[in-house]
Amino acid sequence: MENLLRMDRMPHIWCPGCGIGLGVTALASALEKAQIDLNNVCIVSGIGCTGRVAGYVKLDSFHTTHGRAIAFATGIKAANPKLKVIVFSGDGDLIAIGGNHFIHAARRNIDMLVVCVNNFIYAMTGGQVAPTTPLAAYATTSPFGCVEPPFNIPYIADSSGAVYVARWTALHVRRLTNSLTEALHKKGFSVVEVISPCAMYYSRINRLGDGLDMMKFYHDNVEIRHGEDTKNLDIGFQTKIICGKFVDKERPSYMERYNQWASEVRGASNES
Amino acid sequence: MKADSKGVLGGTHKLSGNYACAEGALAAGCRFLGLYPIIPALEISERFLKRAPEVGATFIQMEDEVSALAAVLGASWTGKRSMTVTSGPGLSLMMEHLGLGVMLETPCVIVDVQRVGPSLGLPDRAAQGDVMQARWGSHGDYEVIALSPSSPQEMFDYTIKAFNLSERYRVPVLVLADEYVAHLEEEVVIPSAEEIEIEPRRYYDGPKDKYLPFKRDEDFVPKMVKIGDGFKFHVTGLTHDDRGYPIMNEECQEYNVHPLLRKIRNFVDQIVEFTETNIDDADVILVSYGASSRAALKAMEQARNAGIKVGSLKLTTVWPFPEKRVAELAKRVKAFVVPEMNFGQIALEVERCTHGDANVLFIPHGEKGIEDTEDLLAALKQAAGMTAVEEKIIEFKK
Repeated sequence: MENLLRMDRMPHIWCPGCGIGLGVTALASALEKAQIDLNNVCIVSGIGCTGRVAGYVKLDSFHTTHGRAIAFATGIKAANPKLKVIVFSGDGDLIAIGGNHFIHAARRNIDMLVVCVNNFIYAMTGGQVAPTTPLAAYATTSPFGCVEPPFNIPYIADSSGAVYVARWTALHVRRLTNSLTEALHKKGFSVVEVISPCAMYYSRINRLGDGLDMMKFYHDNVEIRHGEDTKNLDIGFQTKIICGKFVDKERPSYMERYNQWASEVRGASNES
Repeated sequence: MKADSKGVLGGTHKLSGNYACAEGALAAGCRFLGLYPIIPALEISERFLKRAPEVGATFIQMEDEVSALAAVLGASWTGKRSMTVTSGPGLSLMMEHLGLGVMLETPCVIVDVQRVGPSLGLPDRAAQGDVMQARWGSHGDYEVIALSPSSPQEMFDYTIKAFNLSERYRVPVLVLADEYVAHLEEEVVIPSAEEIEIEPRRYYDGPKDKYLPFKRDEDFVPKMVKIGDGFKFHVTGLTHDDRGYPIMNEECQEYNVHPLLRKIRNFVDQIVEFTETNIDDADVILVSYGASSRAALKAMEQARNAGIKVGSLKLTTVWPFPEKRVAELAKRVKAFVVPEMNFGQIALEVERCTHGDANVLFIPHGEKGIEDTEDLLAALKQAAGMTAVEEKIIEFKK
C-alpha cells in the first residue's frame, strides 16, 4: 500500500478516532485490487478534512477550491477521456457548496468515481452544522439542535442520474473496498458514501463518546440492505443506518454521447 | 512553434469580433472550451462549438461560471490549451478560480466581453467596467495579464497573444473585450499556419521521480507536466513548497507567492505592449484601450487638423500597466486625456504614474456613441490650454 501513499507526508493531519484514513485505506486497496494502470488515474479533492486526501494519495492529485472538485475533475475527464478520475471529498464540500456540481455531473453521467465522506458536520472549521447533520443533533451553529432536515446523499445521487450508488461506514472497510473496486470499473458517475466518525467535533458536542464508541454504534445499528430504494435511506440522530449497494445500472456516459455526436458531425461534413 | 494548420482559417474574412476571437483561439491551438452562456459573449462559444469537431476540440457547457473556469483549469493540466468566455456577471463568479489558476500556475485564457454593470446592468451594451476587477477581483496578492482589443482583427490577434503569454508565464490571461468590438463586423486577415507563432508549453523532461511541480528556473516559471504521464505530482491552492505540498507558515508564503508577482513584474518590459502615434511633439496624449481607442484615434486626427499637438498611447496590455512609459511622458507633456466607458479606472492608473508631473483629464465615454469625438475634442482643447498641474484627476464635464 505504501506505493499508493505519499509516505513523505506522514503523519497526516487527521484526529484520533477519525474515519477518513479508513476511507483512504479502502481506496488504496481498491486501486490495487482493480488492477488499473495507476499512471492513468488522477484524484481531485475540494477542501476541509477530507479535502486533504488528494495530498496523501500518490497519484496525479489536485487539492482545489471549496466545493469545486467535481467541476475541476469534469474538465480533466472531458479533455482527456482516457484518464480514470476520482473525486474524494467531504459532505460539506460536495453536497453544500458543491451540491450543484454534484447533481449536474450525475445528470451528465460524467465518468468518475465520487467518494463522499460524510461525518455529519463541518469538521476542519470546528464543528458547524452541515447539510447532512441529522435533525436535533448539536453543532456549533445549531446550539439548540439542528432544525433543518438533512440530505440523503444516495437519494440525490440516484435521482440525479448516478449509475452506481453505495453507502458504507468506516467500520465496513472490506465491503467498502469491494464497492470502490466495483465502482472503479464502472463507466459513468459512481457515488460511494462513507459514513465516518468525527470524534473531535460531532461526537464530542453530541456526547457520543470517542471514535471507538462511534464504531461500536455502527456495528450495532447498521442494517445492510442491498438494492434498497434510495428514498428510504434518511439518517436520523443516532437512528439505524442502512448500508449497501443501492444502484448499479447502465446509461451512456457524457463522453460516449459527445464522441458519438462529434463523429456524426464529422461524417455529415465529409458527405456534404 | 508554428500553429497547427487544422485550426487556422487562413485568408481575409468579414467577421464579428466574437467570431474573430473564436478563430484566434482555434488558431492558437485552443482545444478545450468550458463555457456558461452569457450575453454578449455567446457568439464566441457558438462559433467555437461549430468548428470543434473538424479541429478535434472539446467543449462542455457547465452549470455556472464557477464550474466553467474550474473545468478549464482541470483541462489545461491534461495538456490542452483551454479557454472560457464570459461577461461581467460571469467574471465576478470566476474570480474564485482566477485565484486558483494563479496559485496552481495554470495556463488558460479568459475572454471577458464587457457589458454595462453593476449587477445585470445592460446586457447588450458596451462598457469597460471590469478593468479593475480583472486586476484585483480575486483575493490575495497576485499579478495577471490582460489585453484589450479595439477591433475584430485585434480580437483575433490578441486572443493568440493571450494564449502565448499564458503559456510563457503560466498565468491566466484575460482578453478584456467589450460588446461594441464583439459585435462589430470588419475584415479580419488570418495568416497561414506557418505565419502564426505559437508559444509552446514548457514541459519538464527530467527523471520522473525528481519532478518538483513548483521548482522555478531563472525566470521564475516552473516547468509543467501532464496528468497521466506518470509523474504522480501533487498541487494545491494552499501555500505550498516546490513539491506542491502545503506548508502553513509565513516563510513559505513568501517563498511561494513572491515569485508569482516577480514572474510578471520582472518581465514587464517584455509583456507590456502599446502603440504610440504622434508622441514626439505632443502637448497632450490620449491614453486609450478597447473600443474607446477608435474614438481616440479619430479625435487625435481632428485635433491635429485644428492645430492642437495631440499624440496617442493605445494600450494592448492593460495589465500590467505601462507605468514606466507614462511616467516618462508625463515629464514632457501638459496633460493626458483618458476616455473610458466607465467612471474612471485606467484614468486612476495614469494619474498614479504621472507622479504629479502632468494633468489627467478623464472622460466618461460612450454615452453619445462609441465613435463620437465631440467630448474628446473639447477635452483636448481644454488640456492643451492648461498651464499649471492640477492636484487631482479632472473629470471632463461640458
